[in-house]
Amino acid sequence: MSGLTPEEVHHHVKIYIRVFLALAALTVLTVGVSYLRLPVAIAVAVALIIATFKASLVATFFMHLNVERKIIMAILALTVFFFIFLLIWPAISRF
Amino acid sequence: MTDTSKHGHADHDHSHHDLPFWKKYIFSQDHKIIGLQYGWTALLFLLYGFGLMLLMRWQFANPGQPLPLIGNWFPESQMIGGVMLPEFFYQLGAMHGTVMVFLGVVPLAVGAFGNYLVPLQIGAPDMAFPKLNMMSYWLYFVGGVIMFASFWVPDGAAQSGWTSYPPLSILAGQGQTVWLVGMAFLINSSLLGSINFITTIVQLRADGLSFDRLPFFVWSQFVTSFLLLLAFPPLMAASVLQLFDRLFGSSFFMPTGLVVNDQVSAVAGGGNPVLWQHLFWFLAHPEVYVLILPAVGIVGEIIACNTRKPLYNYKALVYSAIFVGFMSFVVWAHHMFLTNMGTTMNTFFQVTTMIISIPSVIILTVLVLSLWGGSIRFNTPMLFAVAFLPMFGLGGLTGLPLGLAATDIHLHDTNYVIGHFHYVVAPGTIFALFAGIYHWFPKMTGRKMNETLGKIHFFFSLILMNCIFAPMLIQGLIGVLRRMYDPMQYAHAQPAQPLNVFISISAGLLAIAQIPFIVNFFWSLFAGQKVEENPWQATTMEWTAPSPPSHGNFVTPPQAHRGPYEYSAPGCKKDFWPQAMKETN
Amino acid sequence: MSDQGSIRYISHPHPVTGVTNSKLGVWCFLASEVMLFGALFSAYILLRTGVSSWPHGSLLLNVPLATLNTMILISSSVTMVMSWASLALNDIKKYRLYMTVTILCGLAFLVVKTFEYGHKFEHHHFPSTDNFYAIYFALTGLHCLHVIGGLIVNAYLLFPGSALWKKDPDQFRGRVEAAGLYWHFVDLVWIFLFPVLYLL
Repeated sequence: MSGLTPEEVHHHVKIYIRVFLALAALTVLTVGVSYLRLPVAIAVAVALIIATFKASLVATFFMHLNVERKIIMAILALTVFFFIFLLIWPAISRF
Repeated sequence: MTDTSKHGHADHDHSHHDLPFWKKYIFSQDHKIIGLQYGWTALLFLLYGFGLMLLMRWQFANPGQPLPLIGNWFPESQMIGGVMLPEFFYQLGAMHGTVMVFLGVVPLAVGAFGNYLVPLQIGAPDMAFPKLNMMSYWLYFVGGVIMFASFWVPDGAAQSGWTSYPPLSILAGQGQTVWLVGMAFLINSSLLGSINFITTIVQLRADGLSFDRLPFFVWSQFVTSFLLLLAFPPLMAASVLQLFDRLFGSSFFMPTGLVVNDQVSAVAGGGNPVLWQHLFWFLAHPEVYVLILPAVGIVGEIIACNTRKPLYNYKALVYSAIFVGFMSFVVWAHHMFLTNMGTTMNTFFQVTTMIISIPSVIILTVLVLSLWGGSIRFNTPMLFAVAFLPMFGLGGLTGLPLGLAATDIHLHDTNYVIGHFHYVVAPGTIFALFAGIYHWFPKMTGRKMNETLGKIHFFFSLILMNCIFAPMLIQGLIGVLRRMYDPMQYAHAQPAQPLNVFISISAGLLAIAQIPFIVNFFWSLFAGQKVEENPWQATTMEWTAPSPPSHGNFVTPPQAHRGPYEYSAPGCKKDFWPQAMKETN
Repeated sequence: MSDQGSIRYISHPHPVTGVTNSKLGVWCFLASEVMLFGALFSAYILLRTGVSSWPHGSLLLNVPLATLNTMILISSSVTMVMSWASLALNDIKKYRLYMTVTILCGLAFLVVKTFEYGHKFEHHHFPSTDNFYAIYFALTGLHCLHVIGGLIVNAYLLFPGSALWKKDPDQFRGRVEAAGLYWHFVDLVWIFLFPVLYLL
């Protein structure tokens, strides 16, 4: 990341501004949808989908994952796997 | 300790010689000093944890009898007239487990051996983050002091098992809060350490040292670090929740309608004690692989060196270690078969537990096969390393009826469990750690330990450890329950009482059997036989540095020219071909 | 004292992995943080699905205030990455400007949270009240501690730590990038916390 030219940096900055606007819009959207008082299961799904999309914008563009190296992606993939496992298994342990 | 290396680098290094004593030896950022700090502290805690257990063994063998000689030294809150109170018994039990696992074995296996050897074995000048390394040690030290001090808190130390299950742990006295705070320090120490190990192993390997040429010890530390990195945080989270329950009166783990001393508990309720168990065991299962992986790494190094041949199947060892690490995250609920989980969950965890035994057996088998056809040198490190194999094998086999839910119904919470895990950790891991001490003592001090004392230490420890833990397996099978001040209150357990006496005597003798080791250790520091850089004629890179290595480790950064175990290589004049040596040996 | 001079890849990336030590280190740290907050979210799921009724977040919590906080944190993420971009353009003045705004946004977030908590305590809503409040305080409290930690790091990089820019600009840029990654992660956690606690 240290070897970027000024043109590349300016290009990145343009993207940052666009991502910011998208995040702001999605925040308004997620709050707005909550007022619809959808059935719980659907409300959860919609909220999580929007949140996941916002999070991936932050991760991809602000955290530079779009250009990041394999080693970082490998550590993240491993972590995400265990994260999902930890998230789900205790709650479904009554089955 | 002579500093024989020349300093070829620029002005930075002159500053090292001008450092004040406290910066060079107390708040050191040198991985070797930090490794030794971990080593000393961990060995002291192992002795302390052993002492806690010896007190418990008196109660087991002589229930309700006053402890002779020193019984009256204990305050009335712990022993009345030398007779141990149940509360104190449970404090000893909880703290024995906590101290041995978190303050003894892991800091020795990872903090001491890992810190000292990993940079040397990969040809690096130090760890990637020296300041972070220093902080790791001091966080561990503070956590240890907090745990040690917890006995002096008004209600005594934590007494709800090392597992701290709620609701009991929520209702327990202040010692439990101290335990949680101590754990927070230890967890963060471990976190910083694991970041350091991973970054160091990935980034700072010498030129030519590709991953398929790494010493197996480094691989074992690498996998261990991932376990520590990803498995500890859920316990940190759970500890925060337990602190909330204890200090702020929340009900994360407190169920609705809990009755305590005939009164309904005045909490909001709605909590789930099993939630704690999930989060605790999510860490604590990978934790047991943290206990064993560095040990198999050490045993691998010592076996290769003392058989004068490469390990039987390096790739199988490495892939198995990685697979074990991965699987260790998805077996945790085999500790929870009796918590009324559904049959699907029970089945799932039983299956994953059976699967995880496969790579474990592969590792053990490869190490055993590595002896085949070797020119074996039965020095003290090798004796411990070879004894590790059947002991770990026994420990692993005794785990099978625990991992199968149907048989676990009978064995859960009995002394069988205690026998199982002590087999793996005591004549298992601790033997590997002893092997490591005898093996690497010359590198760290420039002197060898005495062989005769070493062999005495070995033979008595091996026999006595079996005398202690094998009877526990039998006790468990007939139904003696663990964590009981008075297990003989149940008629069915009473026939096992003579075994309790036998175990306790063996434990006392085991304590005495450590004296040759302690004497040997201190005597050898000052008067042991002086040795050169590579007294064992080993191939890995740490043996090319001076004994002990100076700051920066290597005069010129080494390069790896071959694999780590080129012993008895065809065409070589000598029976070992060091990894960092350019030309033929 | 360590011989930092001979430890490689502090300022320049490793030829094979392509990253510096600090970048790999901070991503490892973030991986552990994912597991930390993951465990808390897991607790939330288990507790909520274990009871028959659970209050809707908007009935008990202040949604407009939290929406404001969400915008504040997102903005601070942008200014944080802009401060790194300024360093990439060798503009130390712009770096200071953006970093200051980032810190101010973080402080604003904490001020809003203080109002929120104060309001709860005034109305006698504590962690002991029920598990909704308990998990709310636990999750947002731990998140706040992480915000404070980030502010301390950022303040260090703005004031005493910025002296490194003159000695080794690449290493300093790497530190700001690492701090940025941590700060974005703190924002990420909030992006999930906000809807889960306040809108569901």
